Amino acid sequence: MNAQVDFSDVQGLVRFGYKRMTKAHYDLLQVKDAGAAREWLRQAPVTPAETRDPPPKTALQVAFTVEGIRALGTDESIIEGFSHEFRSGMAASFKARQLGDTGKNAPENWEWGGPGKEPHLLVMLFGEPDVFEDFLSAQTGGLYQQAFELQACLDTADLDGVEPFGFADGISQPKIDWEQKKKSREIVYTYENLSALGEFLLGYPNEYGNLTRRPLVDDNALSSSLDPAPEDPRKRDLGRNGTYLVLRQLDQDVRKFWDFIRKQTGSEDPDADGLAAAMVGRHRDGSPLVKPSGQGDDDNNFNFDADPEGHQCPFGAHVRRANPRNADYPERPRNIFRKLLVTLGFGTPGFRDDVMSSVRFHRILRRGREYGSELKPEDAKGPPPADEPPRGLHFICLNANICRQFEFIQNAWLNSTKFAAMTGERDPLVGNHEPPAGCPVANHFNRPGKDGLRQRVTGLETFVTVRGGAYFFLPGLRALRYLAGP
Amino acid sequence: MVLAVVIPDRESRLRELLASMNHAPGRVDRENRLVPFARFPALHMARLVLLDDKTTGDVRAHGLEPREYPLYLAFLGDIDGAERDFLEELAAKAGEGLREIFSCCEGFSPEDDLVGWMWSHRSPPLANYVNTRGRTVRQVHQEAALYEALEKRMDGSPEEFAGLNPREVHSRLRKFSGEEQAAGRLTLSPEEPTPAGWWIRDKLHLVGMPLLMLLLSPILLLALPVYLIILRHREKTDPEVVPVYDQEAADHLSELEDHDVTNQFSAMGSLKPGLFRLLTTYAVLGVVDYAARHLVHAGRLGRIRTIHFARWVFVAGKERMIFCSNYDGSVESYMDDFINKTGFGLNASFSNGIGYPRTNWLIRDGCRAEGKYKEYLRRHTLPTQVWYKAYPGLTAVDLERNTRIRKGLDTTNLSREEALEWAKLL
Repeated sequence: MNAQVDFSDVQGLVRFGYKRMTKAHYDLLQVKDAGAAREWLRQAPVTPAETRDPPPKTALQVAFTVEGIRALGTDESIIEGFSHEFRSGMAASFKARQLGDTGKNAPENWEWGGPGKEPHLLVMLFGEPDVFEDFLSAQTGGLYQQAFELQACLDTADLDGVEPFGFADGISQPKIDWEQKKKSREIVYTYENLSALGEFLLGYPNEYGNLTRRPLVDDNALSSSLDPAPEDPRKRDLGRNGTYLVLRQLDQDVRKFWDFIRKQTGSEDPDADGLAAAMVGRHRDGSPLVKPSGQGDDDNNFNFDADPEGHQCPFGAHVRRANPRNADYPERPRNIFRKLLVTLGFGTPGFRDDVMSSVRFHRILRRGREYGSELKPEDAKGPPPADEPPRGLHFICLNANICRQFEFIQNAWLNSTKFAAMTGERDPLVGNHEPPAGCPVANHFNRPGKDGLRQRVTGLETFVTVRGGAYFFLPGLRALRYLAGP
Repeated sequence: MVLAVVIPDRESRLRELLASMNHAPGRVDRENRLVPFARFPALHMARLVLLDDKTTGDVRAHGLEPREYPLYLAFLGDIDGAERDFLEELAAKAGEGLREIFSCCEGFSPEDDLVGWMWSHRSPPLANYVNTRGRTVRQVHQEAALYEALEKRMDGSPEEFAGLNPREVHSRLRKFSGEEQAAGRLTLSPEEPTPAGWWIRDKLHLVGMPLLMLLLSPILLLALPVYLIILRHREKTDPEVVPVYDQEAADHLSELEDHDVTNQFSAMGSLKPGLFRLLTTYAVLGVVDYAARHLVHAGRLGRIRTIHFARWVFVAGKERMIFCSNYDGSVESYMDDFINKTGFGLNASFSNGIGYPRTNWLIRDGCRAEGKYKEYLRRHTLPTQVWYKAYPGLTAVDLERNTRIRKGLDTTNLSREEALEWAKLL
């Protein structure tokens, strides 16, 4: 089970962000001609995760929605092996309530991915600027045109590691335990960034030490290239070396954001009062509001243990919601008696004690890219010129369990008005500030003060609008060929 | 819980009636014609659920043929005060509607005394958990109104409060609360006295159970090794039944959820056959019930702070059981909380059900098989046809905050530290 990962079978995106390939382009496709689609998939030079010398200058990655897998003619008994949330999709009506996709964000208003507009395939093309155009036209030629109908074409922009609001992005990433050295432990007392391989790649033990459920297929001539399934020797593992990919197109209203900050602080200086940084939880250069604990200037090497009251970084700040950097227990118990007390609920009577789930079960690997042109905070003043193209983030994350990882973070942390024993606020940056039923408001942002009283910002506007989204399966390369058929 | 057998050819009529109590699936009409829940000031939560258990066939895993069970309707409520009084009030305010509902059930005729009929159809819980005993619906509403008034007051003039120290904030808000009460805009009723009879019974229970245990302890100690041997044997051989649950059924459950910050949960299953698991169930749930009643901190079930009410009840006999709870957040976080925070308790009580993921020493492993456990739980979940909560938008932690604020305001002289802690709640 702890076999070395066969990188030639893993799509490269799981291991690399392809930063040097500053050009990228995502095609959302419908299968027009299943035969041609299968043929294209059989010959597509999908880039594996092996390191190469010299490194490749282009990359091609392919992922499928459940409808896409169906469109290839895959048997329903195989489809049943995929997770429930992948099968019901991102646009299901109940999902919208969980993810905050209501009102303006509702799937009915999406440009793609909403009801009746679900794509089948996501084809991602990456390249260094000098070779990108040639690569693009070579990959999307005649057979591609015959096989697929282009539903949407998502272009990306290279903003040099800064997201459209103007903050350095992509700093917080889990470190994947590729060598599988990490032992599965029942209780972990300190936050660590190293995450079990099985959280990001199917077919390997996750943080619980289990294999996540995934499609296993009958052992026959067709499936003989797939690895045997560890839990059932008669089956082959179609999920192994694959993972789920979540894509959401998030429009960012940069002008509205900075106009709001200026109005609140009464200053032209974007950093005035530290309000924008407090909402994000980082300064614009990416340095966290809580001082990194380790050596060097690793801006991901910190946790919130030294800031239990939220004086340095408010509880509601985006980075604190998205990754509370906590462990399984509210404290490290001194002895077994104390541990028993805490477990039974007698140990921590404080109001904010122990209200949050342990983060190690809720990590995601982010692989998104920005779109639209750069607009500096100083220049971000409304209203926009009539022909200004939208800007934002094609949010992409990889995870082995969409429900426990992406959906949980979005639902219980980012978009919950009850996060960390608070009420009346959602994520100040990406939250949909419609109040839930029975709640008077959801558009506050509180900054706990040292004297006990919070400093409150009211009337937060919604700065991010969802334009599209879907759940995809990013198969291993051999699984991809299996799905493409003989 | 009132439990009644549904007359087979009235099932569809009953389903229509239940659906008519909602605006939409999962969204109750609080003033619906049949049971206008909002008119019952002592009612926290209520549900009507058809015990349509699709897993009765699992008993085949133990080599037994499944029995044919009738379909049951369960009516559950979490209330302040005495049950009998509440049933009287139900009959007075919703008599006609309940008669319509129960006329779809066996043994009910229009001339029956409604209260007497419901009383005789009660099923007592084996274990019951209440987030904070003694906190009434009235108190919840009053404290929520207080919290909102204080927040409004502070947001209305932030500059007034900006420079104040916590004690000054406290005394200013205390004064404000007093004025609002004097003007009749806020009401904070004093705590109602605990009825003497209830108090005495409670104390007898507190002392009686350990006494009984003490008396029985020689026998229990002798039996323990035998018990452990059987337990270990059973744990290693009891079959797991964890097929993947049906996608359509799963989506239907999800349609009923996440309409409020709190959700309902109803799950049903059969006990593993034999005396051993039955006795274990009694023992484990006896401990849970005792602890929930006398030992746990208000607001906490172990480390979990998101459960308002929970109960375990046998369904007509001792073969099948339902577990009903009201919890904050979505079902995924609920299941994660259970696994990661109170997996031991979950294993001890649920592992007596057929098909539960394999445990070790009763409390270990089990739900740590996260994927299997979640399939198991979802598969045993029943769609709850009607669910009501008296205070939408408020979580258990919200209620705790509001109570802490109210208690703080009741106090005249807070120390600096106390005032600081209090101010942080706002």
